[in-house]
Amino acid sequence: MNENRVKISRPQLKLLEKLSNAVGVSGNEDEVRQIVIEEIRPLVDEYRVDRMGNLLAIKHTKTADAARVMFAAHMDEVGFMLVQADTEGCYAFEAVGGIDERQLLAKPVLVGKDHLPGVIGSKPVHLTSPAERAKVTPLGQLRIDLSPGCAGKASVGDYATFATRFWRSGDSLFGKALDDRLGVATLIELARLNPGTAEVLFAFTVQEELGLRGARVAAYDFEPDMAFVVDSTPAFDLPLDESEDENVLYNCRLGAGPAIYLADAGTISDPRLIQFLTRIAEDCGIPYQFRQPGGGGTDAGAIHITRGGVPSVSVSVPGRYAHSPILHARLSDWKNTLALLYQALEKADRSILNADR
Amino acid sequence: MNQIESFLHELLSAPGVAGFEGPVCEIIRKRWEPLTDEIHISRVGSLHALRRSSIPGKRPSLMIAAHMDAIGLMVKDIRDGLIWITSMGGVDPRILPGQLVTIHGAREYTGVVQMLPDRLVKHQPAGGAPGYSQLFVDTGLSANEIQANIHIGDVISFASAPTTLGDKYLSGHSLDNRASVAALTVCLEEIKDYRLQWDLWAVATVQEEVRTVGAHTSTFELKPDVGIAVDVTFAQEPGLSTYETFPLGKGVTIGSGGNIHPALHRELKDRAEEIDLPYSIETMPKGSGTDAMAMQISSAGVPTLVIGIPLRYMHTPYEMVALKDIHRAGRLLARFITTLTSGSLESLFKGGAA
Amino acid sequence: MKELIKQLTQIPGPSGYESAIRETIREIIKPYVRETRVDAMGNLIAQVGTKAPGGMRVMVAAHMDEIGLIVSHIEKKGLVRFSNLGGVLPRYLAGGRVVFLNGTRGVINSDRHDEVSKIQPISQFFIDIGAISEKDCPVKIGDLAVFDREFLDLGKRVSSKALDDRCGCALMIETIQRVKQSPHELLFVFCTQEEVGSRGATTAAYQLDADLGIALDVTPVGDILGVKMQVNLGEGPAIKVRDVGHIADPAVVNWMVRTARELKVPHQLEVLDVGSTDARAMQISRGGMPSGALSIPCRYVHSPSEMIDMDDYAHALTLLTGLLSREIKLEKK
Repeated sequence: MNENRVKISRPQLKLLEKLSNAVGVSGNEDEVRQIVIEEIRPLVDEYRVDRMGNLLAIKHTKTADAARVMFAAHMDEVGFMLVQADTEGCYAFEAVGGIDERQLLAKPVLVGKDHLPGVIGSKPVHLTSPAERAKVTPLGQLRIDLSPGCAGKASVGDYATFATRFWRSGDSLFGKALDDRLGVATLIELARLNPGTAEVLFAFTVQEELGLRGARVAAYDFEPDMAFVVDSTPAFDLPLDESEDENVLYNCRLGAGPAIYLADAGTISDPRLIQFLTRIAEDCGIPYQFRQPGGGGTDAGAIHITRGGVPSVSVSVPGRYAHSPILHARLSDWKNTLALLYQALEKADRSILNADR
Repeated sequence: MNQIESFLHELLSAPGVAGFEGPVCEIIRKRWEPLTDEIHISRVGSLHALRRSSIPGKRPSLMIAAHMDAIGLMVKDIRDGLIWITSMGGVDPRILPGQLVTIHGAREYTGVVQMLPDRLVKHQPAGGAPGYSQLFVDTGLSANEIQANIHIGDVISFASAPTTLGDKYLSGHSLDNRASVAALTVCLEEIKDYRLQWDLWAVATVQEEVRTVGAHTSTFELKPDVGIAVDVTFAQEPGLSTYETFPLGKGVTIGSGGNIHPALHRELKDRAEEIDLPYSIETMPKGSGTDAMAMQISSAGVPTLVIGIPLRYMHTPYEMVALKDIHRAGRLLARFITTLTSGSLESLFKGGAA
Repeated sequence: MKELIKQLTQIPGPSGYESAIRETIREIIKPYVRETRVDAMGNLIAQVGTKAPGGMRVMVAAHMDEIGLIVSHIEKKGLVRFSNLGGVLPRYLAGGRVVFLNGTRGVINSDRHDEVSKIQPISQFFIDIGAISEKDCPVKIGDLAVFDREFLDLGKRVSSKALDDRCGCALMIETIQRVKQSPHELLFVFCTQEEVGSRGATTAAYQLDADLGIALDVTPVGDILGVKMQVNLGEGPAIKVRDVGHIADPAVVNWMVRTARELKVPHQLEVLDVGSTDARAMQISRGGMPSGALSIPCRYVHSPSEMIDMDDYAHALTLLTGLLSREIKLEKK
C-alpha cells in the first residue's frame, strides 16, 4: 500500500530538472536553497537557514518518544571560481571541489548570479603538435571566456559551473549536479510523503564538496538519534580497457537499485542500520545493491562523529560520470531509492539501536 | 620606533613554536591586560581576552583571532654529538643549511643547522637537495654536555633577530603570525575609549601551524556569534606573482569563498571603503587555510571572515611584512567592531547565509 | 600478562566491528569496575573511583579495533576482492592468511604482474577461500576479515597480529585490576575505529568531557630497520612528545617523565613522524583537553606478526598504575 504512495511522475521530474539546472557551487548555494525553501515551506512545521547556509527543516510527530531521524543531502555542486581577470572578458579560474581537468576543454559555462554564458576555450587542433595533444592541459592554462564585450561584467570571486541542461531519455536522466540534486529532490519527496511516525529532521547541507563542512554543524544542531545520508555515487560499470577480465572495481551499477554504503573513507556504516535497510528492501521487494567498500565519502563522515556519535548510513543513487559536465542516472534507481527511504522513515524507531553496535 | 613596532620586536624575539607557545603568550598577555576587561588561558594554552560590551543583558559576541604559534624544529634524535631534527609545521628543508637556531633544552643553546657532505650521503646523488635525514644541529657542546642538557622532544626555534628594513618594513622569524597578533593589538588600542555594543573576545590561538587546535577549542569554549581570523597571506615577491599573491605594503586582503560568510564579507568591504582603507579580494576557492576553517564549523556553525596581511618568504626565518599593512588590518578590525550595533546580528543574518 | 595478551590478540575485531573483543573485555573487567556502558559508536566505557578533592577526571583510552579487510566483490571464479579498513600495507599481504568474522578462512595472493620488484595496490590482491564459483562462495560483499596469525611466545618477547592495540587494552585491564587507591575519577575507554581515524575516541572524548586524556598505544621502533628512530624495543615504554597529528601537552609529558623517574621506570621519549593515536582526538575535543600518550614500542606495526617486549609492557604497567594512583600535578618545565 505504501509502495503506491511513492511516485515519480511529471511534478517530481520537473522539480529535479529545476534543481539540476540551478547553479549552486560549494560556498554559494543560495539559488538551490531558494528552490528548496519554496518546495518545503508547505510540507514542514519549521525551517531555518543556519549560520553556514544549511537549510534545516523539521517535521514534528504526534507519536510520544519518537526517534529523531535525520536525513541529509547536499545542495552544493562542484564548479569554478574566477580568480583573476585576463584580457578582453577572459578569466583565470580555480576548481571548487574535485574536478578532472580532462573534462574541461571546450565546455560551455554559466558565470555569476546572472548566469552569464561563457566558454572554456581550447586551442584549434591545427595549431597543436602531436606531443601537445598527448598531454593534459593544466587548469592554470585555461580561461573562461565571456567574450570581448563582457570585460568587467564578472568579478574575481564569482562562481561558475557547467551550462548543461537537464533531459530525460526513457529511464535515463542526464544533467549536471545530479550529485546531489537527486538527493535533494529525494528529501523533498520524503517531506511530502512523511508518514508522521518519527520526528524528521531534514538537512539540506552546504559545502559537502569542500570537506563535509555543512553537515557537521547541521548534525551538531539537530542531535539526531540516527542519520540517513542520501547522495550520488559513481557507477563505473563499464568495460575494462583492452581486456576481457571481470570488472572488479565498478563501485556500483546503474539500474541495480539504491547503493547502500558499507564502508568508505569517512564512515563505517552502522551495521544495525545496514541490516535495517536490507531487511526492508527484501521484505518490500525493493532492489538494492551494496556500494563497493573503499574510498570516497558522504556527509555521513562528518555526521556520525558529531557530539557523542550518531549511528549513520548512506544510500546513493548510482550515477555515471560524476563531477563531469553531465551525469547519467536512472529514474528507476531514483524511484527505488525513494521507496527504500520512505519505508525506512516509516519504520524507524529507537528499538533499531537497542542492541549494542 | 613606534609602540607597535617595538612590541613586534619584542614578539619576534620570543620563541613560540607550535605546542610551546608559553613565552610568546606571556608577552601578549602583558600587552593585552590593560586593554581588556578579563583575561584567561584556555585548557590547551590559547589566550582569551574579553572587552566587555557596555550594553546590559544578553548581547552578541565577536571573536577576533590570530594564531601566536610559529613553525620551528624539534630534536628528534641525539647521536654522535649532533642534534638530529624534524620540523614543526611546514618547513622547507632546503632553507635550513646555515641557519642559526636556539635549542630550548635545560637552558637555551645556540647552534647552526648543517647538512651531511655529499660524500657521506648513501642514498642520493651528489648535489641533491638535502632532506631532514641529512640535517642536524651542531652546538659545539661535548657529548656529555648534550646528554645532560638536551633531550629528544626539545623544541628548536629560529634565532634570526627582528630587523627593521628601510622604509618601515620588518624582517624576522614568526611574522607568520605575530604580525596579526600586532594587528589585533592595534585594534584593541584603537577601540580603547569606545563603548562596545558587542562583547569582543581577542584570542591568540595555539597550534594553527599543526592542526588549528586553538581555533577549534577556543571557538567551542567562547561560542561567538561571529568570528574573524587574521592571518598572513602571500605577498608578491621575486619569481612569484600569481593571483594568489598580493603587493606588499599596498593594503590588506579580504577573503572570499566558502569559508567566508557572504553578508559579512560585504559588510567588511563597506567598512574598508568608508575609511579609504586599501584592500584586495583574496579568492579562496577551496578554503582559507587559516583558523577560520576551524572556527566556521564549531558547534552549530559560526559565520567567519578572514583578513590577510601580505607577507614575503613565508615559513622562513626571514619573513617580511609592511608595518603599514599591520596598522591597516588593525584599523579595519576596529572600524568593523565600533560600527556593530545590538541590532546588527539580526539584520546581518535575516536572510540566512545569503 | 602473556596469557591476557594472547587471549586478546586472537579475537577478531576489525574497525567498526568490535563487538566480540568488546564482550570479552567487558567480562574480564566486570568485577573490578562500578559500571560499564557502550555508547553509540561502540566504545566500552568503564568508570573506576570518584573524584576526591584535588583529584581529576581522567580519560584513559586504548583501542580495541585492529586493521582489517572488507569484501568488495566476489568474482565469477569465486575469488574474493577486498578493500582495507585502516592502514593495511600491501607488502604484508601475499601469502598471508585471513579469517572472516563468520569463521571462513582463506589465503591472500595477487594478480599476475610483470614487475616483481614493485608492490601492487590492494585492488590487485584477492582472497582465495577455495570456492569454485561465486555461488559456492561462503562470504559476500561487506564481510569482514582479519589476519589469521597465532600468538607466538618467544620468551622475553612475544609476537602476534593485533598487538596494536590489544597490548594497550591488556595494559588498561591490568591497570583497572591494580589501581586500588586513586584520588581521581578514572574513565577507561576501550575505543573503536582508531585505525580509521580515532573516530571512537572523538565521540567518547566529547561525552566524557574529562580534565585530562591519556592514550595507550603501540609505537613503531627503528632499532633494526636501518632508519633513524630513537625509540627502541626493550628500553622501556615511550612517552610521546609528538607525532604527526598531535603535540602532547608539555605539562603532561613533564608529569609522565617525572613520575617515571620517581618510580625508577626506564622510559624513552618519542618524536614520531608517522601515525598518531587517540590522544589527538582528545586534545581537540570541546574546549580542549590536555592530553598525552604512553606507547609500547612495537616492531613490524601493521604486519600480521607484530612484536613487543614483555619488559616494556611490565614497565608501562608500573608507570601507568603509578600515574593514576597519585595526585596529578601538571606544570611545564
